[in-house]
Amino acid sequence: MAEKLDNKKVFLNPLAKDNPVVVQVLGICSVLAVTAKLEPAIVMGLSVIAVLAFSNVIISLMRNTIPTNIRIIVQLVVVAGLVVIVNQLLKAYAYDVAKQLSVFIGLIITNCILMGRLEAFAMGNKPWPSFLDGIGNGAGYAIILIIVGFFRELLGSGTLLGYQVVPQSFYDAGYVNNGLMILPPMALIVVACIIWVQRALNPDLQEK
Amino acid sequence: MNKQSNTYTVIYIIVLVVVVGAVLAFTAMSLSSRQQANADADKMKQILASVRIVPAPGEVSADFSRYVTRQIVVNSEGEIIGDDAFSVNVSAQAKLPDTERQLPVYECTLPGEQIKYILPVYGAGLWGPIWGYVAMDDDGSTVYGAYFAHEGETPGLGAEIEKPAFSDQFEGKQMFKADRFIPVTVVKAGQRPLGDEDYVDGVSGGTITSKGVATMLSNCLSPYRAFLETLRNR
Repeated sequence: MAEKLDNKKVFLNPLAKDNPVVVQVLGICSVLAVTAKLEPAIVMGLSVIAVLAFSNVIISLMRNTIPTNIRIIVQLVVVAGLVVIVNQLLKAYAYDVAKQLSVFIGLIITNCILMGRLEAFAMGNKPWPSFLDGIGNGAGYAIILIIVGFFRELLGSGTLLGYQVVPQSFYDAGYVNNGLMILPPMALIVVACIIWVQRALNPDLQEK
Repeated sequence: MNKQSNTYTVIYIIVLVVVVGAVLAFTAMSLSSRQQANADADKMKQILASVRIVPAPGEVSADFSRYVTRQIVVNSEGEIIGDDAFSVNVSAQAKLPDTERQLPVYECTLPGEQIKYILPVYGAGLWGPIWGYVAMDDDGSTVYGAYFAHEGETPGLGAEIEKPAFSDQFEGKQMFKADRFIPVTVVKAGQRPLGDEDYVDGVSGGTITSKGVATMLSNCLSPYRAFLETLRNR
């Protein structure tokens, strides 16, 4: 019973209380880059969930055999291999999105969330909790990406997933899309707003 | 077994790399035909976009062979030197001197219209390559339509070159001015070019990308002068 509770925590904590992006402030670089539109943000989030879950499981299975002095190299090789596979799959089955995400899929390799989870969790835990940890952290990252992508696309382009949602009558009445939302700085500001809201709701996260 | 020994470490990493390498090679090989098909379909879609045809999903290849009735490759003298325009690598050709280039031309037959000639162009924007397709009327001078794409221009600024708001401006522009061939250029909105060539307004906030489009058009369309002149004199 105790273990079950732990697993639940392992999965749920990264979604809110220990969110990799807004609490640990990891992986900010890709949040800036891929969230100008909602669709690439969703695909990027799914890709990170997949890569993180599988690399966590693989490293966890290998954890007792890995020589400590090259463990970072081993982790990198596994992550890089998985990222290349994801990239190839996207190119084969979701070509348009792969084109939009271009180099950022490849840059998942350098995402600090991955190395952080492998080093901090998968190296010392069994495969199943590691899998949950990977899904949880990946989902925590994806949620933030999707929230930021939602606001940036809605306010910056007036569309969601490419469909026009701001009605033409708004534009006729003088409403203009906020071009600043499309530029990377606004991603930081939106992330900051999320952090603000989250800290306000969770007083124990506030730094004294 | 001592897991910290050098022998163990070296063997471990060799085995790991070989396994990962094999998995990657297998993935790449089993997916490559699908990826190539996707890349080709994407290119066909872009070519058709220059004559404002949007193929239905899954019909790209069928629509392409229906509308693009003939492909030729010409040289800078306007002579036909081949018939496989699709496989010419425009990015490599754009770097060669004019006289050595292979110049692809797609002849496109639209219902109820004269034949259109689609010419590919390739150049550099601010952050990476930009490319496009310019469709010419059969008088060799009037632009029928244009399509531009980019790899990583700034969204909202340089990336606007892929929007119809930019590319639709090219329609009806003339490449021949009083028997002189000058490709259409791009200038800042409200300004005029130094010569008498036709021009379109650049993207505001995307000055370097707009200049890249102008350079690309002049670099990639100039070698077609002889070919377009034969169309014009026909």
